[in-house]
Amino acid sequence: MAPSPSQANTDAHWQKTTRLMFIHLGVWFFFGYVIHMFVVPLNKIIIPVLGFPLGFYMAAQGSLIVFVVMLFMFAKQQDKIDREFGMAEDD
Amino acid sequence: MATQTTTGADAFYKQLGRMYGTYAGGFVAFIILLAILEQIGVPNKILGYLFVFFTLAVYAVIGVMTRTAQLSEYYVAGRRVPAFYNGMATGADWMSAASFVGMGGSLFLLGYDGIAWVLGWTGGFVLVSILIGPYLRKFGAYTVPDFMAFRFGGNFARFIAVVVLVCCSFTYVTAQIYGTGLIASRFLGMQFEVAVFAGLVGILLCAMLGGMRAVTWTQIAQYIVLIVAYLTPIVILSTQHYGIPIPELTYGKAIADITARENQMLATGLATVANLKPHIQPFINYSPLNYFGIIFCMMVGTASLPHILMRYFTTPSVREARQSVGWSLLFIFLLYFSAPAYAAFSKLEVYTNIIGANVTSLKPWIFTWGQLGLIQICGKNASSIADIAAACKAIAGHAGVVRLQDFVINTDVIVLSTPEIAGLPYVISGLVAAGGLAAALSTADGLLLAIANALSHDIYYKMIDPNAPTIRRLTVARVLLFFVAVAAAATAATRPSDILAMVGWAFSLAMAGNFPALVMGVWWKRTTPAGAITGMLAGFGLCLFYLVCTRYFPGAGVKYFGMSSLLNAATGAPLVDIAKAMALPNAMENFPTLAHPMANKVGWFDLNNINCGLLGMPLGFLVIYVVSLLGKEPSKEMQAYVDEIRKPRGRTVLEEKT
Repeated sequence: MAPSPSQANTDAHWQKTTRLMFIHLGVWFFFGYVIHMFVVPLNKIIIPVLGFPLGFYMAAQGSLIVFVVMLFMFAKQQDKIDREFGMAEDD
Repeated sequence: MATQTTTGADAFYKQLGRMYGTYAGGFVAFIILLAILEQIGVPNKILGYLFVFFTLAVYAVIGVMTRTAQLSEYYVAGRRVPAFYNGMATGADWMSAASFVGMGGSLFLLGYDGIAWVLGWTGGFVLVSILIGPYLRKFGAYTVPDFMAFRFGGNFARFIAVVVLVCCSFTYVTAQIYGTGLIASRFLGMQFEVAVFAGLVGILLCAMLGGMRAVTWTQIAQYIVLIVAYLTPIVILSTQHYGIPIPELTYGKAIADITARENQMLATGLATVANLKPHIQPFINYSPLNYFGIIFCMMVGTASLPHILMRYFTTPSVREARQSVGWSLLFIFLLYFSAPAYAAFSKLEVYTNIIGANVTSLKPWIFTWGQLGLIQICGKNASSIADIAAACKAIAGHAGVVRLQDFVINTDVIVLSTPEIAGLPYVISGLVAAGGLAAALSTADGLLLAIANALSHDIYYKMIDPNAPTIRRLTVARVLLFFVAVAAAATAATRPSDILAMVGWAFSLAMAGNFPALVMGVWWKRTTPAGAITGMLAGFGLCLFYLVCTRYFPGAGVKYFGMSSLLNAATGAPLVDIAKAMALPNAMENFPTLAHPMANKVGWFDLNNINCGLLGMPLGFLVIYVVSLLGKEPSKEMQAYVDEIRKPRGRTVLEEKT
């Protein structure tokens, strides 16, 4: 049985949603873990003016800022996908 | 219809902004008033009482004013909480006594390694937003077990979810009530047990009459108090030291100063290589496995804790649920990115003005905390100059100058003593106490509601009496809330020794029990009830086994389950000589105290038991996957429901009778 047009729409929406999920999961993984694995070499770099070692700074502030920004971006991007497939709620 | 709701919501927004704006202004005016009172000589104790009772009274008034007799208001605040305000409420719900009081201290002690907690307690919101939260909002549940029951074939899944929920929330709420007792007893001089029950009254007034609706609006008020209280002292301190009122930017200099001072202390013999842990050096307190393990478990645990997930059931739409997660993390971030500044400023103060100082010239704030047994110098509580001078003299070859190894400070002191370290008036200390109380109370409210709602909605209504009328359901909900609160307070009053560790355990337990089933339930249509149920049992079971065995049956763990000693992160040496410890008469003791040589010190793969979710969660995913594939595909109907959950548009899948 061929999928009905609405089922095709549903699947396309979900495919795009899944792709967005994996992109954000990748960014999350990079800033949550990968970058902190290089803390020792990064600490050799001192941020000018502020005086933070970069590795320490990324864990204490940098990654946190990335998380906050990416959450607002995600809300926007997912909403765009929902609208594209006519699945967003009324404003 | 749509336009009507929009204009209604707009009016609601405006009114909220004015209300909480007035409230925040009133709070600042109140602080100024107390500062004036202090200048004209009102005693500190009265200022402390005014602070605590004024804030508690405000929460109680909000709690009573927002009482409700409607089920959807009681369970999900009528699903009308705007994203911004829900974010603020979630911030207060999330930040507990441990975040407010304890985290600055942990960062002080652990340096870089302590940041694992900061990362872990923030990054999890990314998972909430992209994997779970908005989908549960669309589903339309009152509780997390509601979703499990619907998706996974009924009340057996519901029951397991309730067990997981109660296991991870009850110890957590006990720790919050313990925190309120600690803060109230320290600042108001009340007896600890009395303070615990005073805190209980505060919690009940907020939550009992209005359920989620009342808790939402009080949590917003509590967030404002706690964030003002947390930031004020370090903003002043930063301005004093570096002339810029943004501590998050200036503490980089403090860290550089700390590193310079560390080298100087080593050079002058004030510290030894063995006892100095350089502030920015990674992986000397936690091995890399445990460091990243803590980050991972706290993050995934965040996305699995029912009291957090249920906050996103209250937004008007799926879209706002997503935005709300962003706001939540922004409000949480404000506190968490400031915590390392507390640690750095305190450490610099201790390293420059205490270490290397003559014991007879120490500042008076040390002795106020020393009298409570929270600061020790030369192995004795620092209660007075004479006492510690005598104690230091008793040490052979001691020159009368405080060395690093002579100084021991309780982690809770770091945040609470900062106003005194900075020489600020007492009103700021009172403010910090009020903030700590707000943090503990708001988290306790959310947790109690999560437990009581699971018992009243899932156990009583869904499993025992599905025909119960509204009025009886609400009565049962309130009575259960009362009894759960009293039970938690009674447990807290006994001062259980493991209570703080248990908060960390709650994350791993929630992660192992809930996360695989929630994620697979939304993201993989093929997940079957049998798969989910066995997966939850296996993941949660393994995590619980690892915790209980390493903490309470370490001898049996070594003898029967092949556990070995955990390793010292800095040196790689075993923490305990297993052969020797197993030969001791108490080796096989069950439920030993923390003094037992092997308690919390054995395990598999050098994995700290707080990270047991790292074992349980992968097992949970694997079991769900394999068992689901072995069984029959879920019905077309169920798969269509899953499709519905994934689309923001349209009605909720689950429609509650109201």
